[in-house]
Amino acid sequence: MVGVRDASFSVSRGEIFCIMGLSGSGKSTLIRHINRLIEPTSGTIHIEGQNINDLSQKDLRVLRAEKIGMVFQNMALMPHRTVLENVAFGQQVRGHDVKARTQTALRAIKAVELNGWERKYPDELSGGMQQRVGLARAIAADPAILLMDEPFSALDPLIRRQLQDKFMALSAEMKKTTLFITHDPDEAIRIGDRIAIMKDGVLVQIGTPEDIVTNPADDYVADFVAGISKLELISAKKFMEPVAADTQRKGPLDLDAWPEAHPDQSLDQLVDLSIATQHPIIVKIDGKPMGVVTKNALLRGIKGDTAPTGQAA
Amino acid sequence: MGEDQTFNILDPFSSVDFGIADSADGIKQWAISNREVIQPIKTVLNDLIVAIDTGLHAVPPLVMLALIALIAWQAAGARTAVLVGMCLVALGLLDPNAWGLAMTTLAIVIASVIACFVIGLPLGILAAKSDMFEKILRPVLDLMQTIPAFVYLVPVVMLVGIGNVSGVIVTIIFALPPLIRLTSLGIRGVNPSVVEAAQAFGASPRQILVKVELPLATPTILAGVNQTIMLALSMVVIASMISVGGLGNEVLRAMRRPDAGKAIVGGLGIVILAVVLDRISQGLRQSGRDRGHRHWWQGEPVGLALRLIPSRADALPQQAPDLKTTTN
Repeated sequence: MVGVRDASFSVSRGEIFCIMGLSGSGKSTLIRHINRLIEPTSGTIHIEGQNINDLSQKDLRVLRAEKIGMVFQNMALMPHRTVLENVAFGQQVRGHDVKARTQTALRAIKAVELNGWERKYPDELSGGMQQRVGLARAIAADPAILLMDEPFSALDPLIRRQLQDKFMALSAEMKKTTLFITHDPDEAIRIGDRIAIMKDGVLVQIGTPEDIVTNPADDYVADFVAGISKLELISAKKFMEPVAADTQRKGPLDLDAWPEAHPDQSLDQLVDLSIATQHPIIVKIDGKPMGVVTKNALLRGIKGDTAPTGQAA
Repeated sequence: MGEDQTFNILDPFSSVDFGIADSADGIKQWAISNREVIQPIKTVLNDLIVAIDTGLHAVPPLVMLALIALIAWQAAGARTAVLVGMCLVALGLLDPNAWGLAMTTLAIVIASVIACFVIGLPLGILAAKSDMFEKILRPVLDLMQTIPAFVYLVPVVMLVGIGNVSGVIVTIIFALPPLIRLTSLGIRGVNPSVVEAAQAFGASPRQILVKVELPLATPTILAGVNQTIMLALSMVVIASMISVGGLGNEVLRAMRRPDAGKAIVGGLGIVILAVVLDRISQGLRQSGRDRGHRHWWQGEPVGLALRLIPSRADALPQQAPDLKTTTN
């Protein structure tokens, strides 16, 4: 049986790359190939130009300890170690002395806002806090790469959202190259710079969240993202009508009263603008009109139909 | 091959003789001629037994009683300490000689358990790591546990001679299996995702064993130690047949006389010793998490003593440099 095949992609420095798929689609297997927790049977993995397959066991351990941090769905904290000892584990196995590793661990614990809990044991913490310990452990060694294996899936929705925010804030600050696995499309779209959709061990589509939602590669992807709210994802340029088409229908523009928008503004923002006025919205770059968004276009956009056509008229 | 007997198809076994008993008897000859090989082991074991035995007998009974009660307090709490103390008083009052005999038996048991631990822990770890090794080991362990002790009593005596050392050796044969089994079970039972996490953070197999698997398997391993202690105690009467002293010998001699009173004294002594050792080792087994994450030295009475000496309490091991100063 093949767990993952035909999965070629590259992730650039500082990017958050989400891999989305149902359980059993091979996401976790794929991510474990990056740090060779699972040995690939064929194919190559390069990190900063270095072929990971060629590393000796010793070099591999150095890579795991210094370059790659990993967060697990089931937290996988060590129950016999305190929060501090858990976070310092990677440093400890690298042979750093107590003082140095305590200091780095405390920095990571502070970053996830768990100060004051250093001496507690994992089973004294709530699920959300445990996963924050997991996150702290992953970033303690300041690795360049983060592997997140469904880190927030086991948490309840409110805590999940809080942790997503926390993670996004941290990630904006630390600029780590992140592989983020999830089965939750909302999460992928919220977090990911790019998203790969995986099905039966194959990557069926790779693209930006907007791409995936507006141009799904096949029915499977379309199904997957069907429930996603497009309000935040679709920008004005996707569904505005050319200025010319509008003038043809309704005569010359009476621009003064129209609200103005930028092509990159989201559908959500356009709806806000539109509520305040009877007029269509004019989309401009540097004061130059680029397109028009009528109320009809806005409604079509909300339904996910972005083709700027005049058929409705 | 028994040619003188006529072969009967309905009872073929009585006419066939492969001479297994005779060739197995060769083990005896082999044992006698290989005595020198076992000599270093014999010396080590003997030194160990003598050291423990001398130590236990050198301490005055009342001091020893207090010491064991303190150990019980540390390992299993005040209630167990009281029970253990009362048991030991009862043991001492059984017979004027009972205390000394019990110490001899205790020395043999402790020496056996130490030897079992030294042999059993590595074997248990190997069995946990290798399915192949476990598969080979399992029938051997079954054999060790089920074969009647009298069967290996003779070869061991031929090899080592009578006395405490062979007593310890036959005890090891009988008491070792649960420790190996439970060590393997404990390590195999460690949550694989925790092991995977340790791997993901760059731990080597040795580090995973020492820092993750063994600590998490400790309660199970200590259950094995408890079983081993109990089995070792149950061997003391049989071991006394090869001239091992102590309570077991008392029972054996009473059986020969027959002297029911002496047998009861010896038997009760063994039972009391068993209760004491069981309670202490059960207490050790309780994992740190059940004790509310206190380390063993944080409990009574050592914790109490440490708290009474404030300067020492600040320098507790594991008490890392002050956290508040490093956070800022």
